[in-house]
Amino acid sequence: MIGTHVSRDLARAISAVENRISDLPAALAQLSAHGHRAAAGHADVIGVTGPPGAGKSTLVDRLIEGLRASGETVAVIAVDPSSPFTRGAVLGDRVRMQRHAGDRGVFIRSMASREGGGGLAPSTRDAVRLAEAAGFDVVIVETVGVGQVELEIVAVADLILVVTVPALGDSVQTIKAGLTEIADIFVVNMADRPGANRTAVDLKHMVHEGRRDIPVLQTIAQDGTGVQALLEAIAARRHGDDSNAVRAVRFEVVRRARDRAVIAALAQLDSSDGAGVLDRLRARDITRNDAIDALLTLLEGPVHAY
Amino acid sequence: MPIKVLVAKPGLDGHDRGAKIVARALRDAGMEVVYTGLHQTPEMIVNAAVQEDVDVVGVSILSGAHMTIFPKVMQLLADQGVDDICVVGGGVIQEDDIPKLKAIGVREVFNAEASTQDLIDGIERIVGEYGRASTRAAKAATAAAATVR
Amino acid sequence: MQTTEKPIADQQRDWEQLTLLPFTDRRPEAREAFRTQGGAVLERVYTPAHVADVDYARDLGFPGQFPYTRGPYPTMYRAQPWTMRQIAGFGTADDTNARFKYLISQGQTGISTDFDMPTLMGYDSDDVRSEGEVGREGVAIDSVDDMLDLYAAIDLEKISVSMTINPSAFILFAMYLVVAEERGFDRKKLSGTIQNDIIKEYVAQKEWVYPPRPAMRIVRDTITYSAQHLPRYNPVNVSGYHTREAGSTAIQEVAFTLAAGIAYVEEVVKAGIDVDEFAPRLSFFFVSQIDFLEEVAKFRAARRVWARVMQERFGAKKPESMRLRFHCQTAGVSCTAREPLNNIARTAIEALAAVCGGAQSLHTNGYDEALSIPSEPAMKIALRTQQIIAEEVGIVGTIDPLGGSYALERLTADIEKACFDYFAEIDKRGGVIACIEDNFFQLELADAAYDLHRRKDAGERQVVGVTKYRDNSANPHVELHHVDEAAAERQLGRLAKTKASRDGEAVRVALDKLVRTAKTDENIMPATIAAVKARATGGEIINALRPVFGTYVETPVF
Repeated sequence: MIGTHVSRDLARAISAVENRISDLPAALAQLSAHGHRAAAGHADVIGVTGPPGAGKSTLVDRLIEGLRASGETVAVIAVDPSSPFTRGAVLGDRVRMQRHAGDRGVFIRSMASREGGGGLAPSTRDAVRLAEAAGFDVVIVETVGVGQVELEIVAVADLILVVTVPALGDSVQTIKAGLTEIADIFVVNMADRPGANRTAVDLKHMVHEGRRDIPVLQTIAQDGTGVQALLEAIAARRHGDDSNAVRAVRFEVVRRARDRAVIAALAQLDSSDGAGVLDRLRARDITRNDAIDALLTLLEGPVHAY
Repeated sequence: MPIKVLVAKPGLDGHDRGAKIVARALRDAGMEVVYTGLHQTPEMIVNAAVQEDVDVVGVSILSGAHMTIFPKVMQLLADQGVDDICVVGGGVIQEDDIPKLKAIGVREVFNAEASTQDLIDGIERIVGEYGRASTRAAKAATAAAATVR
Repeated sequence: MQTTEKPIADQQRDWEQLTLLPFTDRRPEAREAFRTQGGAVLERVYTPAHVADVDYARDLGFPGQFPYTRGPYPTMYRAQPWTMRQIAGFGTADDTNARFKYLISQGQTGISTDFDMPTLMGYDSDDVRSEGEVGREGVAIDSVDDMLDLYAAIDLEKISVSMTINPSAFILFAMYLVVAEERGFDRKKLSGTIQNDIIKEYVAQKEWVYPPRPAMRIVRDTITYSAQHLPRYNPVNVSGYHTREAGSTAIQEVAFTLAAGIAYVEEVVKAGIDVDEFAPRLSFFFVSQIDFLEEVAKFRAARRVWARVMQERFGAKKPESMRLRFHCQTAGVSCTAREPLNNIARTAIEALAAVCGGAQSLHTNGYDEALSIPSEPAMKIALRTQQIIAEEVGIVGTIDPLGGSYALERLTADIEKACFDYFAEIDKRGGVIACIEDNFFQLELADAAYDLHRRKDAGERQVVGVTKYRDNSANPHVELHHVDEAAAERQLGRLAKTKASRDGEAVRVALDKLVRTAKTDENIMPATIAAVKARATGGEIINALRPVFGTYVETPVF
C-alpha cells in the first residue's frame, strides 16, 4: 500500500544514501518514521539491461503500463553513466516514461552511475531496498550494459531482462559476453527492423547450447507489440524457482574472489621477491613475458598448468 | 556531491535548443541533469522534481505563457509541502514580468542573452545560498530520528 | 580569359610574397581565420583559380533552365517582385483577419497564417492542455467556422494563402477547402500552401502528434489529393528554417531539407503516382541568416542540388518538377532583445540576401522578433524594408546579380558537394525515416548547436549591442504587441457555439468513417473534409485518430 507523501519521503531517503549522508539502516529508519516499512523481499526486482540504444526506457514505459493495469505499484531506478571527465551527467531515461508522472502508483528516479563505472551506481542497491520499504510491489532497475554491470545487477535483481536490437551479421557477439550469462529473458526490441528473426534465432541457439530455459521474445516497444507476451513471461518467472539465487551466489563469490586475488597480486608485486623480478626487468636481464611468468609463479605456483 | 537540476519544458512549445544546450553545459560543469522532455504539464514537472529530489528546477518557456505556468508550478510545490527546491526560469520572458515572478518565489530568471557561465554561476550561487535539497532533508531526517529516540 | 601569363594561382603566391607579406608584417590581420557562421573558412581573396572546377554551362546555365542555379524562372523579378508575405496570427479569427486586411492595405501581396500552440499541436481551445496558450502565439482555430472568419472578405482565387501548420495540416487544409467551397471559390484557382513538413518536426520544430511512419502517410495523402484536385496549390513547404533556428549549419539546413524532400517524393512515388504529376507543386522554405555570402550561396546550391536530384534520382522529365521554388524568412535567432531597433538593419541585410538568392516569397521579421509576436508598427517597417529593396535598390533589374563572383561560386559548389555527401550518408543508414528513428539528424543538430554556442561564448562571433558595443543604460522601450487576455475567453465562446449548433450525430458518423478509412491505406482527405464540414473540431479529429496511429514520444539527444 502506497502511503501519502511517499514520493517525497522516498526521494529524500534515496538522496540521503546516494550522497552518503545516511547509511541504509538510517534511511530505512527515516522511512519507517514516516510510515513506510514494507518488509524486505516482498517486492520483485526486475533488472533491465542491454546495449545503449536498444529502447530499454521505452520498454520499461510499457512494462509500467502493464503492471499498473494489473494493479501493481512500480518504482523505477534508471541509471545512466556519469561523464568520467566532468563527473556530471544528463539523465534522459525519464523522458520516455514521463506519461506516468501523474500516477501515484509509479515512482521514477534517475541516478547517475558516479563511481560505479557506467553500470550501476554504488547506491543503487540501497535505493532498491528503500523503494521496496516504501511499499512498491515491483522495482525496475534500468541500466546500460557497460562496465561490470552484469555482476552488479545480479546482486540487485531477482529477474533480469537483457534487451537488444536486431543486428545485421553476427548479432550474438554484439551483446556483451557477461550479459548472456545473467539473462532470465532475452528481448529483441525494435523487432520491425531487418534482422530481428535472425537475431532471435541466434540467441535461441546460444541459449539451447547453455541448456537453460530462457525465452527469447521479440517486441516493438514503441507501439506495444509483444509486450503482453513479455509481461506474461515475467509473471511466470517472478513466482518461479530460485535459479537466480544460485546465480547470484556464484557471481558474488566470483566477485569477491576476484577482489581478493587483485589484492594478493598487488601485495606480491610489492614484496621483496616481486621487486627483485621488476629490477631484473629494468636491467633488461629478462623480457616482459619472463617477468610476468616469474611474478605469477611467485603468486600461485607454475603458470602454465592448463 | 553534484548539484542536481531538473530542466523542464512546460506547455506545447517545442523550442528545446536552449534547454538542451543548458543541460549539456551543466553536465560539463559537473552537475547531474534530469531532462523532462517536451510538452510537460506543471503536475508532471513538479512530480519529477520531487521524485528526483533535485536542488533546482529550471523551467524553459518561449511561448509567453510564463505567467500561467510559473504560478502553477510554485503552487503545486507548495501543495506537496516542498519548500526547498529552488525554481529558476529562462527563455523568452518579458523584463516587466520578472519582478512578478520573483515575488511568487522564482529565484532567478535568465534571459536569452545570459551566457552558459552566467547560468552555471547563478545555479551554484542559488544552491549555495538556499542550500541543497538533499542536505536539508537529511538534516531534517536526523532531527526527526533524534526526537523518535 | 586565356592569356599567356602565369597561372593565376602562381600569381596569387607572388602577390602574397610581394604585396601581402610586407603589409601583414606591419599590420597583422585581425584573425587567424575568418569563418562563415557554419564554420567554413573564407579565403582571403577568391580568384578564377578557386572556381576552375565550375563550368558555366553545366553548373550555372541560364535562369529558368536546368540546373536552375541562377533562378527558377527566366524573368524573375523583372516580371514581378517576390511575394511579400508577412506572417500574422493572434487572438481569434476576427483579430487576425483585421491584421491581414491591414497588411494587404500596406502593400502585402500574399497571406501567411500563424496558429496558436494548441491548434498547431491538435488540441482544442477547451482542452486542459491549452490553458494559457489560446490565441497567444498565433490565431486559435478549432473548427471551420473559425476559418470562415479568418479569411473573411478575402478573395481566395486572387490572393495566395500560406498556413504554417504541420501535424494538423491535413485538417486545416480540409477546412480551407470547405471554406473555399462554402464561399463559392473555384478550387482549381486556389493557390497557397500548407507547410505540412512533418519530417523536420521530429528533427527541429518539435510539433508532433503521431509517430513518423503514420505521419508520412498523412503527408502523402495530402500531396496526392492536392495533385489530383488543386493544380495551383503547394501541399508541402519543405522547411529548413526551423532546423537552422535550432542551431544547424547552413549546409545541414539545405542537406536535411532536401533529404526530407527526397523522402516525400519517394513516399508518393511508392504509392504509384508519377513524379511529374506532383513534384511541380512541392515548395521549400529556407531561412535567410546574417552571414550574407554563405546565404546567397546556399540558396543557389539548393536549386542546383534539387534539380540534379530530381533528374538523376527520380527521372523527372518536366522542368517544373526540377526547379526549386522557396519561401524565405529572415532569421529569428539573429534578432536581439537588446537594442531591438538594430534588428531593422539585420533584417534588411538578410532580406537582401534572400533577394540576391532568388526567393519567390519573403517574410521579414519585425524589430520586436526577440520580444514578442509581431506588432503592427514592426510589421509595417518590415514590409517597407522589402518594398525598398524592390523599388529603390535596383537589383531587381538583373537576374542572379552576384552570379559569377568567385567567392560565391566557390561557396555554392562547396555547399552542393556537402549536400551530396550527406545524402550518401543518409542512404547508407537506411533513409530519412530510419535516420529520424536513430536520432541521426538530431545528433548532428545538437552538436552543431553546441559548437556554435561555444564559439559565441568564446567571442568568435560577436553580437553588436550585446557582446560588443554594449550600452549598459536601460534598453530602449518599444511598444510590443499587446496580448489580449480576453481572446481566450472569446474563443471558448466561439467553440461552444459551434458545438451547440452542429449536428452531433453527423459529427460522430463522420469521425467513425475517418477512423475506418485511416485503418486502410485509402486517402484520408475526403473523410477529413467531410468531418470538418460537419463541424468536427481539430482536437476531435486528432484524438479520434490517436488509437489508430499512436502517439509519439521523442528520445532526446544532447
